[in-house]
Amino acid sequence: MRDMTLDDLHGAVGVEHMLTYADGFRRRIYVVDREVPFPEGRLIVSSTDTAGVITHANESFVAMSGFSLEELIGEQHYILRHPDMPPAAFKGLWDTVNEGQKWHGYVKNLRKDGAHYWVHAAVVPNIRNGRIVGFTSVRRKPSRSKVAEAAALYPTLFH
Amino acid sequence: MSLIFTVSPDFNTKYLPGWFVVNTMLQRQTGLAIHLETFDDFDSLHDATRLDQIDLIYANPFDAARLVRDHGFVALVRPHARPDEAVVAARAGSLVSSVESLRPGTRIASTDNPDVHMMGMIMIEPADLDADNVTVQQRPSYVLVAKSLLDDDADIGFFLAETFDELSETIRKQLQVLVRSEIQVISHVFLAHPRVAQQMLLIRTALLALAGDARGAMALEDVGIDHFEPVEQEEVEFMIDLMTALTA
Repeated sequence: MRDMTLDDLHGAVGVEHMLTYADGFRRRIYVVDREVPFPEGRLIVSSTDTAGVITHANESFVAMSGFSLEELIGEQHYILRHPDMPPAAFKGLWDTVNEGQKWHGYVKNLRKDGAHYWVHAAVVPNIRNGRIVGFTSVRRKPSRSKVAEAAALYPTLFH
Repeated sequence: MSLIFTVSPDFNTKYLPGWFVVNTMLQRQTGLAIHLETFDDFDSLHDATRLDQIDLIYANPFDAARLVRDHGFVALVRPHARPDEAVVAARAGSLVSSVESLRPGTRIASTDNPDVHMMGMIMIEPADLDADNVTVQQRPSYVLVAKSLLDDDADIGFFLAETFDELSETIRKQLQVLVRSEIQVISHVFLAHPRVAQQMLLIRTALLALAGDARGAMALEDVGIDHFEPVEQEEVEFMIDLMTALTA
């Protein structure tokens, strides 16, 4: 996964961050203060293997993330992580789905161009023959009140 | 002894004669005795599946999930390019202008179709509405859902998109679409009970061949399907995972 560059922002002004992901990988990103509205009636769907590597992405995911399908497949799902999302939120997600349970919550995702979009996400483990073989995430349009609650809560969850 | 075949009761009733023709063709192609049993509502269908009376079913996604996971049904084919989508509509000229304008206490007219109801409820979530702060009136058909809106007995209605599009122009002109789903990956699927294991290949082959025969193609057209396409069990498992993710 490469660092973001200013070229990714298409002329927009971005704030630089250095993100360290749960596996220790570090990546330079730029954040642009622009929210892209969730498309009406759509669902964003993706699947990963047990290591979080993207194995499936639907058209809505491609469109909203700003990446091409080729760029997404084989990449870590954390390519979408926005620096405003506290690591604790993702720890809760992984702990829940690795126990074979469904997780849902509100997530601020980073686009390839540094803008963001909010989703109401649900993640389920893909259980085949009693074994977890991957995860499917389905994101839908969130209510603005839930987004406001999450936007107020998440800054308090950073250590 | 005949195999019992049924069709999810969410289909447009105009398709009913077509399903009998499809069944006749299927019997001719396979040499199997297959009886088409239709149910008026989902409760009756669910009673029949609970009593293990169904061998073959053209199932809606919600039932497909339950039949595959809980009863071991096997997916044979699915219709090509015919995803199940839903429409949330209100009366034209009503105070409801968008999903976000809906308020707690919203009166919803819906049917017993679990897929459409689930998709409808998901699409009104952005207004902070859920099962706890709306009232749902179940109607026996989409025409009566539309009537509930026109009579102002309900604020919004949930429709199967293709059925909404087939309402008469007079009715549709009096309604406004607030949101239409574009989920794309949820569809009906043709399933077989595991006790039919030995005949599955025969039935799947016959279903796939239907569109290649002039009479078969016409029969499929009469049930709104261009052709059946193969479906792998993993594709159905994926759809079920998706449904699980969407279900509260």
